[in-house]
Amino acid sequence: MAAIQLLALLGTLSLLLFVVEAIRRGRLKERYALLWLGAFAVLLLLSLARPWVDWLALVLGIRYGTSLIFLMAFFFLLLIVLHYSLVISEQSEVTKRLAQRLALLEAEIEELRCGRG
Amino acid sequence: MRSLIVVPAYNEAGNVGRLVRAVRSCGLDQDCLVVDDGSSDATALEAKEAGALLVRHPVNLGVGAAEQTGYLFALERGYEAVVRLDADGQHPPAAVSTLLAELESGRADVVVGSRFLEAGGFRSSLPRRLGIKYLCWIIELLCGLKVTDPTSGMRAVNRRVLSLLARAQPEDYPEPESLLWLHRKGFRIREVAVRMAERAGGSSSIGSLGSLYYLVKVTLALVMATLRRAGR
Repeated sequence: MAAIQLLALLGTLSLLLFVVEAIRRGRLKERYALLWLGAFAVLLLLSLARPWVDWLALVLGIRYGTSLIFLMAFFFLLLIVLHYSLVISEQSEVTKRLAQRLALLEAEIEELRCGRG
Repeated sequence: MRSLIVVPAYNEAGNVGRLVRAVRSCGLDQDCLVVDDGSSDATALEAKEAGALLVRHPVNLGVGAAEQTGYLFALERGYEAVVRLDADGQHPPAAVSTLLAELESGRADVVVGSRFLEAGGFRSSLPRRLGIKYLCWIIELLCGLKVTDPTSGMRAVNRRVLSLLARAQPEDYPEPESLLWLHRKGFRIREVAVRMAERAGGSSSIGSLGSLYYLVKVTLALVMATLRRAGR
């Protein structure tokens, strides 16, 4: 087992552990963890099964098998970041709606208070 | 027609009070709502003292959201029309009745006050006018709507349009995009000539470098609004 392979394996495993622990403690919601788990599963598979990596690299025309792992990692990171952009956009719409609602209710409370006093 | 004047204001102390008083001294019987978009200065206090209705955003949400809060307010309280005026004093309150008259005639669902329909008044700097020309061109190219002042924030909308915009309103720089979107939805848009003034104080929300960002962002929004299905 090459050193880089061991490193990839250890790195993936510890990150996987971290994510699972975060889900267990309720600090990470499942719906945001699915992509991470998928990424780790694939990376784990690739760092374990050297022949598969080499075969896949050969098919794809990549000379050095391990760089396929980096390629995959990069691809998953892109996916995850893109996913976050979508989530942020959704969140900002929700935040806007909440703030508007709050502002309107506050105005109404103010009026009621003035009307009474 | 019971109508509401909506004034989105972000850090417009020194301007907003003057505008509200000007609106009231025009003899307009419309209610005037100031939407304070999370200002850090005395905007809200000034608006209140001048006698405006007031809604305060707890955080800054952008002019599009502030305008939309005005529509939500109007929708909940049964107003039949909304006229948006900018707090900086560019839009003459005296022209509100012109816009409303056009709306009441039933010829239009959206009436926009345009600086460029007739000569006179403040017409902005040359680079900005070029930018506006470009926006006119791209709006006509994308949806066939002919306008002269797509960035004008001075507009009156009827009940049907305001209830739609209360639900869905473009973000950040909403003016050109909402024109295109409303046109595609089949609403009738008309412009009336309005003499505008230079802003009384403070600075524009769009600086010189920001202008390029503005054009790029609005172009993207316009193209996306064209690709979206109109019946959304």
